[in-house]
Amino acid sequence: MLKINNLHARVEDKDILNGIDLNVKAGEVHAIMGPNGSGKSTLSSVIAGKEEYEVTEGEIFLNNEVLDDLAPEERAHKGIFMSFQYPIEIPGVTVTNFIKTAINETRKANGKEELPAKDMLKKIRQTAELLEIDRKFLSRSLNEGFSGGEKKRNEIFQMAMLEPKLAILDETDSGLDIDALKVVANGVNKFKNKDNAVIIITHYQRLLDYIVPDFVHVLHDGKIVKSGGKELAHELEAKGYDWLK
Amino acid sequence: MKLEEKLITSFLAFENSVSTDTETSIHDIRSKAFQHFEEQGFPTKRDEDWKYTSLNSVLKHDYSLFPKNGSAIEFKDVKRYFLHEIESYKIVFIDGVYSSFLSETTHDGYDICLLSAALKKPKYKMVIDHYFNTIANKKESIASLNTAFSKEGAYIHIPKNTVLPKPIQIIYFSTGSEAQLMLQPRNLVIVGENSHVRIVERHQSLTDNVVLTNSVTEIFAAKRAIVDYYKIQNDQKTASLIDNTYVQQRQQSIASVNTFSFGGNLTRNNLEFYHEGEHITSNLNGITIIGDKQLVDNHTLVNHKFPNCESHELYKGIYADKSTGVFNGKVIVEQKAQKTNAFQQNNNILIDDGATINAKPQLEIFADDVKCSHGCTIGQLDEDALFYLRSRGIPKKEASALLLYAFANDALQKIKIPELKTRITRLIAKKLGVNLGFDL
Repeated sequence: MLKINNLHARVEDKDILNGIDLNVKAGEVHAIMGPNGSGKSTLSSVIAGKEEYEVTEGEIFLNNEVLDDLAPEERAHKGIFMSFQYPIEIPGVTVTNFIKTAINETRKANGKEELPAKDMLKKIRQTAELLEIDRKFLSRSLNEGFSGGEKKRNEIFQMAMLEPKLAILDETDSGLDIDALKVVANGVNKFKNKDNAVIIITHYQRLLDYIVPDFVHVLHDGKIVKSGGKELAHELEAKGYDWLK
Repeated sequence: MKLEEKLITSFLAFENSVSTDTETSIHDIRSKAFQHFEEQGFPTKRDEDWKYTSLNSVLKHDYSLFPKNGSAIEFKDVKRYFLHEIESYKIVFIDGVYSSFLSETTHDGYDICLLSAALKKPKYKMVIDHYFNTIANKKESIASLNTAFSKEGAYIHIPKNTVLPKPIQIIYFSTGSEAQLMLQPRNLVIVGENSHVRIVERHQSLTDNVVLTNSVTEIFAAKRAIVDYYKIQNDQKTASLIDNTYVQQRQQSIASVNTFSFGGNLTRNNLEFYHEGEHITSNLNGITIIGDKQLVDNHTLVNHKFPNCESHELYKGIYADKSTGVFNGKVIVEQKAQKTNAFQQNNNILIDDGATINAKPQLEIFADDVKCSHGCTIGQLDEDALFYLRSRGIPKKEASALLLYAFANDALQKIKIPELKTRITRLIAKKLGVNLGFDL
C-alpha cells in the first residue's frame, strides 16, 4: 500500500529525513518510534503533503502511484489520513458540518455523489457511539475549547468517518488518560481491516499495548535504524533509545 | 465646478426650499454648520484623522445634489435588500426621497417616521430642540456639511418602557436616475428609559452610476435603554459612503453598533460614543471583507466620562487584492471615569501582497483605577491550520474560506437577530467565493 524509497526531506535549510525506506502492506499496523527530533512528525507531514517540507530525494508511492507533488487534499482524496498532534480550533464550524464537508469534498473528488443527509447522519451517530462521543459534542465548534482528550478522540472520529486506506496517527496517545486511551485504541481496532493500514507514531509503548503493531521501526537522525516485531517496543521501553545510537 | 463650490453656491437655494420648517433654530443650526464647512472645506490627508483616506477620487465627480423626484421601483426588484424573512418597520428612501410605497411607518405608541415631518410639525419642536445636532461632531467638516443640508432621513422616537416587537429597517436606495448623485441622509434615533430597539441600516445603489452618500445618525439611549444597531455596507463598487454615527448614552444603557463592510468603493465610518452616566455598556463590532481596490476606514471613539462603565470593541478585517483598510480606535478615559473597563481588539488578515492595513489603537487614559486593554494583530492565514483542513480533503479555497469565517466568527456572534445573522453569514460565504454545502 505505502512504499517509501530512500526518502530525504528538509524544511528551510535543515535536512530532517536522511534516507527512509518503509513498506507498509494492506492489513498491517506499523509503529514508528524514536526520540524527540528524530524526524517522526516530519515523516508523517511529508506523507500527508505539508508544503513547507521539501522532498530532496526518494519517492513515496501509494498503491503504486507516486505521490510526488500532490496537494494535501489530493492525498486525502486518495485515502491518506493523518491524525494531528495539535488539531486546530475552528470557531463557528461544528464538528458535524466539518466532517460533512470533508466527506463530500472527498466523494466529489472521486466522482461520487454527495452522501445523502440521512446516511450521513446515521454514519455520524454510529461512529460517535463507537467512540463514546456524546451527541452534544457534535454540534460544538470544531476543537474549540476541547480538552486534549476530546481533541484526540475527535481526530479518531474523523478517521473513522473518512475511512482512509492509510491512517497515520501522530502522537495520538499524548495527553490521553488511560480510559481515553482505551477508547481511542478501541476505535482504531474497529477501523482496522485487511484492506487498510495504520502507522502509529509514538514516543512510548503504552498505546501499543492496545493497538498491537505487526512491525516496529526505530527512527533516529532521520533514518530507520532498527526494525522488528512488537517485542521491539518493549525492549525500547526497558532500555531507552540510547543503545541504538 | 468643484464640488465644494457647487455645495456653497447651492446652500441658499436649499435653505429657501426648506423654509417651511417651523423652527428658526433649525435654520440657525444649518447656517452655522454651513459656515463651518465653508471655512474648513472637505477633509484632506493633511488632517490627522484622514491621513490614510483620501477623498479626492470621490470628490472629483459632478454630483447632482438635488435629484428630481426619485423614479419608482418595484418591491420585487429590491426585495433581496430587505430582511424580508421577518416582520419589521421600514423607512425607505429612493434617491433621497421618502417612499411611502416601500415603507411601513407608525405613530402608534411611538414614532417611526421621517425627519422632514418632525422638522415641520410643531408637536415635535421640543424633541428636535432637545436632540437635533447636539452630539454630531462639530469639528468634523463633513458632518457639518450634512447638517447644513439636513432635510430628510429616519426619525425614530421610542418613549419609555417600550420594547419594540420588531426591528426597524432604514434603507436608502439610489436608482441611477442621475449619472452622479450625492445624498446626505440624516437620522435621529431617540430611545426612552427601559426601552429596547433594533435597527438595521443599509445604503444600496441599484446601478453602477456613481453615488456618494454622506450620512449622519444621532442616537440617544436613555437610562437602561438597549439599542442594537446594524449597518450593512455591501454596496456597488461605484458607491462611496461616509457614515457619521454618534451615540449618547445615559446610565445603565447598553448600545451596540455592528458594522459589516463588504462592498462599496470607499467607506468611511466615523463612530463615536459619549457617556453621560454610570454603568453604561458600549459595544462596537465590525467585520470588513474587501478586495479589488476597495477601501474601508473605521474611525471609532469611545469617550468614558463617568465611573463604572465598560466598552467592548471588536473589529475584524480581511483584505484581498489591492484593498486598503484603516482602523483607528480611540478610547478616552477621563480622570473622573474610575473603574472603567475598556477593551479593544482589532485583528486583520492580509490575503494578498498588494493589500494594506493601517491600524492605530489610540488610548488616552487619565484615570488610574481602570482596566483597559487593546490588541492589534496583522497577519496572514495560518499555514498549519490550512494544512489541517486540506489534509481532511477540503480544497485550498474552501479551507481558506473556513478559516476566514472562523476568524470573523466572534464578531458575527454578536448579531442578535438570527435571520440577520444568517444573511450576513451568507454574504460572507459569497464574498469569500465558496459554496460549502452548508451555511457556514
